[in-house]
Amino acid sequence: MEDIILLSHGNGGEATRKLIEEEILKYLGNEILEELLDSALIDIKGKIAFTTDSFVVSPIFFKGGDIGKLSIYGTINDLSVMGAKPLYVSVGFILEEGLSLKEFRKILESMRSAVEECGVKVVTGDTKVVEKGKGDKIYINTTGIGIIEDGISWHGRRIEEGDIIIINGEVGEHGLSIMLERLGIKTEEIESDLAPLHNLTLPLLKISNGIKFMRDPTRGGVASVLNEIAQKYNVEIEIDEDKIPVKPWVKNASEILGIDPLYSANEGKIVIVADKKEEKKIMEFLRNHPLGQKAQIIGEIKGKGKRVYLKTKMGTKRILDPLKKDLLPRIC
Amino acid sequence: MDIRELVERIKKISKKEINIMEFCGTHTHEIFRYGIRQLLPENIHLLSGPGCPVCVTSEEDIDYIIELAQNYDLSIITFGDLVNVPGNNGSLNYLRAKGKEVIVVYSPLESINIAKQNPNKKYLLIGIGFETTAPNLAFTLIKAKEENIKNLYFLSLHKLTPPAMKAILDMGEIKIDGIIGPGHVSTIIGRKGWEGLFNEYKIPFVIMGFKPEEILYGIYHLVKIIEEEKPALINAYEKSVKEEGNKSALEYMYKVFKKGSASWRGLGIIEDSGLILNETFEEFDIRKIYPQKTKSIKLKNNYCRCGEVLRGVIKPTDCPLFGKSCTPESPKGPCMVSSEGTCSAYYLYGGE
Ligand code: SF4
Repeated sequence: MEDIILLSHGNGGEATRKLIEEEILKYLGNEILEELLDSALIDIKGKIAFTTDSFVVSPIFFKGGDIGKLSIYGTINDLSVMGAKPLYVSVGFILEEGLSLKEFRKILESMRSAVEECGVKVVTGDTKVVEKGKGDKIYINTTGIGIIEDGISWHGRRIEEGDIIIINGEVGEHGLSIMLERLGIKTEEIESDLAPLHNLTLPLLKISNGIKFMRDPTRGGVASVLNEIAQKYNVEIEIDEDKIPVKPWVKNASEILGIDPLYSANEGKIVIVADKKEEKKIMEFLRNHPLGQKAQIIGEIKGKGKRVYLKTKMGTKRILDPLKKDLLPRIC
Repeated sequence: MDIRELVERIKKISKKEINIMEFCGTHTHEIFRYGIRQLLPENIHLLSGPGCPVCVTSEEDIDYIIELAQNYDLSIITFGDLVNVPGNNGSLNYLRAKGKEVIVVYSPLESINIAKQNPNKKYLLIGIGFETTAPNLAFTLIKAKEENIKNLYFLSLHKLTPPAMKAILDMGEIKIDGIIGPGHVSTIIGRKGWEGLFNEYKIPFVIMGFKPEEILYGIYHLVKIIEEEKPALINAYEKSVKEEGNKSALEYMYKVFKKGSASWRGLGIIEDSGLILNETFEEFDIRKIYPQKTKSIKLKNNYCRCGEVLRGVIKPTDCPLFGKSCTPESPKGPCMVSSEGTCSAYYLYGGE
């Protein structure tokens, strides 16, 4: 008989204790978590960044990662783009009755390796079990705390006309790979771009003080982040379709599914706004970094406004609207 | 020929003030996405036609689906945008949020597995689309019959494109000088599929692909035959469209379906413009089991002018709701819902 998650694993009694001590702690344990106090006690000095995110991806395993890895990297990336060095995370699991323990262990193992890679500790957590049919195998919430070193934060720098917009690599991979996975389409090259970004953003902020904005374009893709910038800072943005790096499989899939890669989610990308004067330094750094080899300057800030424009390959111009609805494939 | 050259050639030969209509919603979107209007001389006006399957779905049919979902113990299986189209009693999306099962699939074949895995439930698969999607649905029904599946029903909203084009020409509300023929549909029905229409109206008609250079190449040919007053039916998408179309797809289609009347938003009921299940597949036909009540109810949503947009009579921007109470986030009509709809193209890409 296969070991599965039962409602009793969430009842707070012996089964819960066993699940936590024999499974979760085995993978994610450390001196702080193992104390199993009601709150983690930690010492941090300086300015902290604090973020939370919930993960509900389906399928829970996909090419290039799984929900566990995603839940760690996702939170690490939210800290990283703010210039914070990630230190501690919390993990909340909502498990659906019937989830196979084997799958749960696989997810825990993947979280363990992600946590180790990012040099962070899981210091507190929670596990609940919901009845079969009331969840979709597993949901994970993570919260992260990071510390921002003096002088490296971009927050508060002014975005101005002439600033450049950079992306660190090809766009749209995570979203489209998940969609193809759901369709049961698999090939060698189809893969999520899931990656932790702290090793890129922190050194970059140290070598250049010309970074004025960074955000990871997850849900809603690059188009949505650009629109957020335009609206938040009252600037007009123009990007150049020709400059946007897109892998061939993404391009093909996007044409078949009718989904523009600019609206498809990424999990290892950053949209950067930077001072043009720093262009050379930043691009050189990015292109020498494993996560930035395909970096491109995709556009620039055009002055006051609130719209994003796209210059097409044909030299025409159109509005690039924020994502307004669910991405659904065309039926014709 | 590259894009610049094509544009130059079009400019050189184009003299008359002309209206050309693209039938297909994908053309509408690609024309906007690449800003093709900006490249054409001002005397060429592009009008968008009724080629968006979700948009032409009639109000009655949407209400019928909602009624079926609400009143009978049926889980709905359908595709993409249909779930967002508002009817009088909300959309399928709304029904889903209220607890009805509405499953969005990418391929109709998924419905067979769903029905097999849940033998105690009853499912209604909604087939929607033009000649492009109908063969797939036909294939699904053939399989369902082969596998003797008893808990899957089917509602056909499939429509045929030439009758709709004909209806617009017959209405004569607007002057149409030429037609941009739909590339995808033509891969199925072939150049031949348009011959009847062409012979009757002698209207310049060019079938074209969807890449910007293919569209411009097609428009060049269309403008040429209009200027020279030599109407013709031209296939400018030869790489995908054959004279006879895709015979095996057509064979599948007519194994399962036969022509019947269909109700089009904006065009009304048109004889022989839809595909209905033939006798051999009657056991799946929901219309036979819970027939649609014909009723003409006053629609709450009667401010939506989609019908006129579909006929090319008004531009979306002429609709008072456009961009105000009607946006892709909260659409008031199907032309804003569908990713192929003209209102959504105008909204997303900033149509003038
Ligand atoms: S803008 Fe909205 S309400 Fe107006 S015609 Fe288009 S879909 Fe209908």
